[in-house]
Amino acid sequence: MSPTTQTPPTGKIDYSAYPDEDGHFGPYGGKFVPETLMPALDELEEAYLKAVNDDEFMAELAYLQRTYVGRPTPISYARRLSEHLGGAQIYIKREDLAHTGAHKINNALGQALLMKRKMGKSRIVAETGAGQHGVATATAAALLGIECVVYMGTVDMARQEPNVFRMRLLGTEVRGVESGSKTLKDAINEAIRDWVTNVRTTHYLLGSALGPHPYPVMVRDFQSVIGREALVQMLDEGDGPGRLPDAIVACVGGGSNAIGIFHPFLEHENVRLIGVEAGGRGIESGEHAARFADPELGRLGVLQGTMSYVMQDSDGQIALTHSISAGLDYASVGPEHAWLRDLGRTEYFYCTDDQAMEGFELLCELEGIIPALESAHAVGHLLELAPTMGKDEIILVNLSGRGDKDLGTVMQELSLQ
Amino acid sequence: MTGVERIEAVFTQVRRENRAAFMPYHPMGYPTREATLEIIAALAEAGADLFEIGIPHSDPLADGPTIQTATYTALTQGTTVADCLKMVSELRAQGVDQPFCAMTYYNPLFAYGVADFVRDAVAAGVDGLIVPDLPPEEGGELEAACRDAGLATIYLLAPTSTEARIKQVAAHSTGFIYLVSVTGITGARSELPPDLAGFVQRVRRHTDLPLAVGFGIATGQQAAAVAAIADGVIVGSALVKAAGSEDGVEAVRRLGAELAAGVRR
Repeated sequence: MSPTTQTPPTGKIDYSAYPDEDGHFGPYGGKFVPETLMPALDELEEAYLKAVNDDEFMAELAYLQRTYVGRPTPISYARRLSEHLGGAQIYIKREDLAHTGAHKINNALGQALLMKRKMGKSRIVAETGAGQHGVATATAAALLGIECVVYMGTVDMARQEPNVFRMRLLGTEVRGVESGSKTLKDAINEAIRDWVTNVRTTHYLLGSALGPHPYPVMVRDFQSVIGREALVQMLDEGDGPGRLPDAIVACVGGGSNAIGIFHPFLEHENVRLIGVEAGGRGIESGEHAARFADPELGRLGVLQGTMSYVMQDSDGQIALTHSISAGLDYASVGPEHAWLRDLGRTEYFYCTDDQAMEGFELLCELEGIIPALESAHAVGHLLELAPTMGKDEIILVNLSGRGDKDLGTVMQELSLQ
Repeated sequence: MTGVERIEAVFTQVRRENRAAFMPYHPMGYPTREATLEIIAALAEAGADLFEIGIPHSDPLADGPTIQTATYTALTQGTTVADCLKMVSELRAQGVDQPFCAMTYYNPLFAYGVADFVRDAVAAGVDGLIVPDLPPEEGGELEAACRDAGLATIYLLAPTSTEARIKQVAAHSTGFIYLVSVTGITGARSELPPDLAGFVQRVRRHTDLPLAVGFGIATGQQAAAVAAIADGVIVGSALVKAAGSEDGVEAVRRLGAELAAGVRR
């Protein structure tokens, strides 16, 4: 079942046919979890399908997105950045302006509302890396009156301290995770252990398009609001360019902001869809999280419930990853990304820590926008991509979050330079 | 004899003796490679009927702190999948003849290559496989390879399993079924769950396969209580804790004897 031997369908692809009913995107995805959780996944899928076909539920979610999250988030034309790079015209989808400062709220609110209205459970557990998903979950839990526990690696707690305090202010219990690399992967392990133990009362609010079915689909759908809005906004001749972009660029950790903006554009085959992974200290260093870029470390495997590309050693032990950005510092990637890549519909590049810092500073100075370090990877890739394109071409970049949480890391980084 | 037949023979024998099987778990390579071989030999002498041998994985999401720490220690000492199989053949050469069920997560096995792993496991003397993050829905490739090799595929059931899932797991399991006593992760607990007998009976209605209960069993008394309602008693964390103590081999031998006596009460 290696992706190299899998022949993707040829001709016109019906993207809506994936995943299959067991949650497989070609050879990827599926449900690799302990038996205790299998009934919970079935219940979740059932509740989710009920909710998306329930006009009242969807109306309530849309109402909260408008009146609480602040959707739709705008697109901004990045005039000075476009001029500086001297190529394509750059537009920015402003998920940094969503309540809590990142796209994570789209999924957190969707799942919390799903639990509240359709599932008869009373408690949420979540994992967080950068803290953005944790803050979004804590926010949704506060809004809807739900008990909430967030697991976070102690390394991440140190580098994203303001978000730890935010979650606590919002009434969430933050539990530090000391096992393994003490980052996102370990926080997910611990959240799953809590979920296995308390599954009868607890919903696991997974934050990315990862994990066992139905999470990759459900998270994608809740995040697709980004792409649906962007499609309309790009076609707007007043505030937008009045046409679809030639390329869309988004950073990819687990891949939820990327799949969210990509998905509504899949059928528009002329729009290049580009994901940017964390290149850390460079591929040859082995210290990165570029699952697709390193054929030695990034191979087909199973991590935390799903089959996808996984950074691992030759014995199938999960490799330690590195990125300056906690939110991209993860050993696997959402299964749908792996599948779309096989189909040739999406492309993946990587951006090193240094390139991301360059993108970070440029966006601050030229556009007055402080991006999250995750999103700065997408900006970093523009530095390479935009100059190769014509001035009549358009790039839309998904700015998945704002950078207030990263100021400590950035200050340290700049003082070292 | 195939692995499946060797496992079946153990349960036939214990039924004849009107008792349950004592099935200790030990993580290979913990606390050291040498100690692993001594500990398993000591448990065999103490009355183990079948072994679960843990092949360590970096991300053991069904395990509690005791086994997490033990498998992490094994990994930091360089224990590989191939090395675990080598230890199995060394134990066979030493004369340990109880069935061995390898317990590991899917990724180490998948990375080794499913067909290659099954071939090498059988050659080393492994009789069955337990993969806690592989439900029957995803187990097709492994099951096919195991069927041809006579290796048992032991799936798990939990208190949350529905009737439909019990039937499905029963249809796909060979050797025995592993009943997870609690909704939770591995680890010694002071009390057994109150609804355990009901859970075992619920599964019993759907299958004649031997039913072994694990998770949370730590003492001879608990082993006796579980032996009264099930065909096998699996003990992990309590023995692993003993193995990690000073004079670990003797501590494991003592607790092993207590548990072996428990299933014979």
